[in-house]
Amino acid sequence: MNARTSFADLADSRRRLLAVVVGVPLSLLVLYAFIYGLFPVLYEVFWGATCGAVGSWLVCSGFLQRGFTTGLLIGIAAPIVGTYLVNRQMALIGEALAHTAFAGVAIGIFLGSFVEWQSLPLFAALVVAALAALGIQYISVHTDSNADVPIAIMLTGGFALGIAVVSYGVAFGREINSYLFGDILFVPFGNVQLMVGLTVAVLGMVGLTHKQLLFITFDREAARIARIDVWFYDTLLIVLTALVIVAAMQILGAILVAAMLVVPVAAAMQLTNSFTQGMGLSVVFGELSVILGILFSYQWSIATGATIVLTAIAIYLVALAISR
Amino acid sequence: MNVIEAEGVTFAYDERPVVEDVSLTVEEGEFVGLIGPNGSGKTTLLKLLLGLQRPDSGTVRLFGEPTGEFSDGERLGYVSQKSTDADRSMPITVREVVTMGRYPHVGLRRLREEDREIVESALDRVGIAHLADRRINRLSGGQKQRTYIARALASEADLLALDEPTVGVDADSRDRFYDLLNELNERGITIVLIEHDIGVITEHVDTVVCINRELLHHGSPDAFAESDALARAYGLEGTDSRLPVRNRTA
Repeated sequence: MNARTSFADLADSRRRLLAVVVGVPLSLLVLYAFIYGLFPVLYEVFWGATCGAVGSWLVCSGFLQRGFTTGLLIGIAAPIVGTYLVNRQMALIGEALAHTAFAGVAIGIFLGSFVEWQSLPLFAALVVAALAALGIQYISVHTDSNADVPIAIMLTGGFALGIAVVSYGVAFGREINSYLFGDILFVPFGNVQLMVGLTVAVLGMVGLTHKQLLFITFDREAARIARIDVWFYDTLLIVLTALVIVAAMQILGAILVAAMLVVPVAAAMQLTNSFTQGMGLSVVFGELSVILGILFSYQWSIATGATIVLTAIAIYLVALAISR
Repeated sequence: MNVIEAEGVTFAYDERPVVEDVSLTVEEGEFVGLIGPNGSGKTTLLKLLLGLQRPDSGTVRLFGEPTGEFSDGERLGYVSQKSTDADRSMPITVREVVTMGRYPHVGLRRLREEDREIVESALDRVGIAHLADRRINRLSGGQKQRTYIARALASEADLLALDEPTVGVDADSRDRFYDLLNELNERGITIVLIEHDIGVITEHVDTVVCINRELLHHGSPDAFAESDALARAYGLEGTDSRLPVRNRTA
């Protein structure tokens, strides 16, 4: 019996290895083809049609088209990842990662004076935020401190590093501001494509591992007894968070970005008994916040990141009032 | 086959020994009650037996495999003492919780129709099918514990470990809960249960394990009643905990 089990295990692990070796490069290839081949076409068709139908500057300007697209993608990915975080009492981790991502942006812009690549700041932010995510994970596993201590250290440390690089480097002016406070008019098409890639990657990973992420969110001890690799899925979740944060930073800014992970989710949690329904509802609220936020910001000429967050909080208050 | 084999298991938090040199076996189909005074290391011992903690010395085998290498998570069902933070605040339905029992089976693939059928029949078997769409933190203590039992059934667990499952549950529901456990045990599920109410334990279990850091009794409830293990377990509190105590097995 033992021999048979081990043969089965061997076959199983071979199959898994094959799935990884073939599956990962293949899905990356498909993703690449989608981002650089199909997506630009879809994008043209969609906004062409929308502009033809509505005919307002709001949907015909290239700046706003890029901003809207990025915003809509954020409205999907951020609340999905946020649903796990909020239910694990990790609402502030997004804030910490955003501030370290800011350091990455500063480094990227600094390097940008030597290298010509428009998406370099965002890419640098991605790398630094992912490293910070692993760092937080490492500290929380290897020290006895509460989770909020490493978060506080990362948050302030990341921001301090960012400011240090900014003050050392050349005058960055508008570009730094756009990453600090978000700027819907400052999203190059390359960043929209990066955003698409990140969103698809996040959705794909969550689709694949939702069951495990839910299990460790709800009951870590039972998950460990069920022999689910809690450490691996913790790390995966925190890295996914870093990806979403960097993606969302362009519109909302490093300071406000965590709101998209938390506020729509908090609103949805007031109105549902079911985790999966809550996740769906939080995406609806996320999209609503982005669309209304952009419209209000246009209407009253207020900073877009701020109006999106304020709209999300208004939705939360309404949800709170309804649930009472 | 032995479900659990522990040999010379010792565990300390920092320098403070919590479990010392405990050896015991749990056979397939046994219903074991684990008792001891507060702080006697019952919960720690249960966690050691399930592989949630690694012993400082000694070994634990689950279904013949060392706990560190044991990978058939679906064979273990666990009902913990206190609610987790999440199950107090998180919106999640009873059915969603019970469905988690299928997760170790399905891995990364999607849930199939048969998984859903198993979940429904588990809900049915513990008598909470009518609560399936309710939010878990709106349930009573007894109903919550039934939910976790259903999760273990959905997982098709062979071993069910429960840590004081009936704390804060009224006497009537507690009796029905133990009837359910007896019924599951008769169908072949091995049960290890921590319980503070000694009267309840001796009424329902096959074997009593009594510890206070060290193993004081391992045998039938009748032998336990006749032995002085209880007095020694509870009498040791507050006295020199290094007092040598000889193991007594029935």
